[in-house]
Amino acid sequence: MQNGNEPRKHTIAIQVENKFGVLSRVAGLFSARGYNIESLSVGETLDPTVSRMTIVVRGDEFIIEQVTKQLHKLIDVIKVTDLTDESHVERELILVRVNAEPTNRAEILRVADIFRAKVVDVTPASYTLEATGDEGKLEALLELLRPLGIQELVRTGKVAIARGPKTRVKKAEPKKARVSDDPRVVGFAD
Amino acid sequence: MRMSGARILLEGLKREGVDTIFGLPGGAVLPIYDVLYDFEGLRHILVRQEAAAGHAAEGYARTTGRVGVCLVTSGPAATNLVTALQDALMDSIPIVALTGQVPTHLIGNDAFQEADNVGITRPCTKHNFLVKDGKDLGPILREAFHIASTGRPGPVHVDLPKDVLVKEAELVWPDKVQMRSYNPNYDGHPGQIKRAARLMLRARKPVLYVGGGVISADASAELAELVELTQIPVTQTLMGLGAFPMEHPLSLDMLGMHGSYYANMAVHHADVLVAVGARFDDRVTGRVDAFAPNAEIVHVDIDPSSISKNIKVDVPIVGDCRRVLRALIAAVKDELREDVASLAKEARKQWAAQIADWKRAHPFHFGWSDDAIKPQYVIQEISNLTRGEAMIVTGVGQHQMWAAQYYRFKHPRRWCTSGGLGTMGYGLPTAMGVAAAWPDRLVVNIDGDGSFQMNSQELATCHDNGLAVKTIIINNGGHGMVRQWQGIIYKGRFCSIDLGPSPDFVKLAEAYGCAGIRATKPSEVVPALEEAFATPGPVVVDVCVDKWEYVFPMVPAGGANTDMILEDPGAAAKDKAAKAQTGF
Repeated sequence: MQNGNEPRKHTIAIQVENKFGVLSRVAGLFSARGYNIESLSVGETLDPTVSRMTIVVRGDEFIIEQVTKQLHKLIDVIKVTDLTDESHVERELILVRVNAEPTNRAEILRVADIFRAKVVDVTPASYTLEATGDEGKLEALLELLRPLGIQELVRTGKVAIARGPKTRVKKAEPKKARVSDDPRVVGFAD
Repeated sequence: MRMSGARILLEGLKREGVDTIFGLPGGAVLPIYDVLYDFEGLRHILVRQEAAAGHAAEGYARTTGRVGVCLVTSGPAATNLVTALQDALMDSIPIVALTGQVPTHLIGNDAFQEADNVGITRPCTKHNFLVKDGKDLGPILREAFHIASTGRPGPVHVDLPKDVLVKEAELVWPDKVQMRSYNPNYDGHPGQIKRAARLMLRARKPVLYVGGGVISADASAELAELVELTQIPVTQTLMGLGAFPMEHPLSLDMLGMHGSYYANMAVHHADVLVAVGARFDDRVTGRVDAFAPNAEIVHVDIDPSSISKNIKVDVPIVGDCRRVLRALIAAVKDELREDVASLAKEARKQWAAQIADWKRAHPFHFGWSDDAIKPQYVIQEISNLTRGEAMIVTGVGQHQMWAAQYYRFKHPRRWCTSGGLGTMGYGLPTAMGVAAAWPDRLVVNIDGDGSFQMNSQELATCHDNGLAVKTIIINNGGHGMVRQWQGIIYKGRFCSIDLGPSPDFVKLAEAYGCAGIRATKPSEVVPALEEAFATPGPVVVDVCVDKWEYVFPMVPAGGANTDMILEDPGAAAKDKAAKAQTGF
C-alpha cells in the first residue's frame, strides 16, 4: 500500500459471539491475509454469550485499517476497538523460572521485590517468579533476569481495557457554583 | 411441529422460496433424499460432480438474484465443492451449500467419508455453520439465507451431521432474523454523497467505473439515470458487464488487463474516478501507483473492507449501490439547480472529444482470414445472432476475454463468468444452473477446449434434465492464455499447453446424447451457430480457430495500464513485457 507510515504495535479489543470456531475464524483471518499476531488472549465476559479477545498486531496504518475492517466483516464479531491511541490499561502476566545458584539467589529476590514479582515456586536450583505489568515493565524485568539464566518463560499475552469514562468530571460540572474564593484552589478532587 | 431434521431442512428451503436444488446424494445425506422422494415443490437436479452443483447454484443465483442452493454429501463431496465456494466468495454470489457430515458422535473420529468440512470451508465462505441439534436447524437456515443474500452477498455453508437429519426435533422458524453481530450498512453517508455529487459535476475529466456490485444490487436503472444526468462515460469491470448497455455512446466497455484502449486511457487521465460496486482488483488496476494517478477517487461499496484496500480513496461511501446511486442522483439534481455544470462545460467537451479520438484510434479489432477462423469473429457473430439478448456464460481464458470484449451486452444478470477466482471448468455447470432457472431463454456457454474438458461430464446432466445449454467451444488446441503469456512474456518457450487432437468434441457430445456440430472454416461459423441455436436441447459446437490469435490489448502483469500492448509485439516489446513481469 502506498505512503503507509511506520509499522507499530496495535492493541485491538474485539467482542465476539461465544461460539465454537470463532477463535479459529479470527486466527485464520490473520494467517490468510498474512498479518502477524504478536499475542492473543481470549476469555468470557460478564455476558456468557460474549467472549472478549485482546489481540496485539504489528502494522502500519493501512494494514491496521484492513485488520479492523476484516475482523468486523467476520459474522461472529460484534465489536472491534483499536485501543492503541485511546486511554487504556494493558497488562500481561508472566511465569519465569530462573537458575538460582547460591551466588545469585539474593539478587533474584531483590529484582523480584523491585518489580513486585512473587516467588511462586522454589527448588534448590531455581526460583519461579510471577509478575504482571505492561510490556515495558516486563521487558525490564526479563532484561535483568536474563544474565542470571532463564530456564523457561511463559506469558499470557496481553489483556487490555479502556479506562473508565471520566463521568466524575461531567457530574462535577453543575457544582461549579462551589467556586472557592481562594485563588490557589483550581478544582475539587471529588 | 416435530419432524426429522431432514424434513425440517426441506421444509425450511421451501419456506425460503427455493424451487431448485443442484445436488448429488451419498451416505451422510441419504435421510434428506429419503424425504425428498415424495416431497412436493422442490426440483432436484442430479449433477455428475459436486463442484458442478456449486457452479450451477452460482449460475442460478447470478441470473435470478435469488439464493442458489446445492446439496452434497460428506468428505470428498464437500472437498469437491470447495472450488465453487471460493469462486462464489470472490465474485460475491449468494449461494447456500449444504453438505452431509458423519454423525455427531463420530466427528473427529476419522470416520468413513469424514472431513473437517467447516474447517475446510471457513476461509472460502462468507460464513459457515455446523448444526449440532435439530432444533437449531430452522434458525440456522434462516441465518444462512439472510447472510448469503444481504450485505455483500456470498456463499454460506451448512454442515449437517447424519444423526441430526434422522432425529426428530421441533421445527423452529423465526419470523425475522436478528443478529447483533451482523448489520450491513445500506445507506451511504449523506455528507459523502454530497461531496461526491459536487466532485462529479465540477470534474473536467470524470469517469464512472462500475462493477459486479451494480448487478448484485440491481442498480442498472439508477446507473443509467445518473449517467444521463451527468453525461459521465462509463467503464465496466468483467463482473460488471451488462450493468450499462454497451451500445450507449458513453460506454467505454471493459477496463483492465484486457480492457479497451479507450477505457484504460480514460481512467488513466481522469481527474475524478467514481467506482461503484467494484473493488480495484489487480486485473483492473495494473500497477497501483500508476492507476488513475491524477484522479480524486469516489468509492461506493457495501463492503467497508473493499474501501482503501488497494487504492487510497478520497470519498468513501459505504452502502448498497442502488440506494447510494438514488441518493447521488438526488444530490446531483440539487447541485444542478445552482448551474454548476457550466463551470466545467468547455473542459467536458474536450474530454468527450479526447475519448472519441481514443475510440477511433484503437477500437477492439482483429484481422480477417478466409482460411482460419478468428476466435473474435465467432464471438462477434454470437453477439449479432443473439442481438445481445442471450444468457452468456464462459469458461476461463482467452475465450472469456474475447467474450467480454466482443459480446455487446445490453442487460444486467445475463452474464456469468468466473472473475475473481478464474475457475476453469466454470462454464458448462454454471450454464446448466442458468438454463434451469430460465428454460425459455437462450443460454450460450462460450467455452475453451481446455476449460470445457474440466467439467464436460455435465453434458450428461444437461441431456438428462433437458437443460438446453448451447456450448460454443473456441477450440484453439490448447491452453490459449498460457500460450499467449509464454509467447509474449516467456519468449516463445511453449511448455505443456497443447491439447488434442483428442477428444473429438462432436463425438463426445453425441456420446452424451447431445447434438454436435463442427466448424473449421470462417464460412461455416454462422451456419453452425444458427443450427446450434435452432436445435432443441443441449448442443456442442466445436469451432476450430486460429491458435496463434492473442488477446489484445494486454497489460503485462505488474505493468501500468498505459503500457498496453495493442498487437502482437516485436522482440523489443516482448523484452519490455518480460522485464515488467514483476507482478502476478
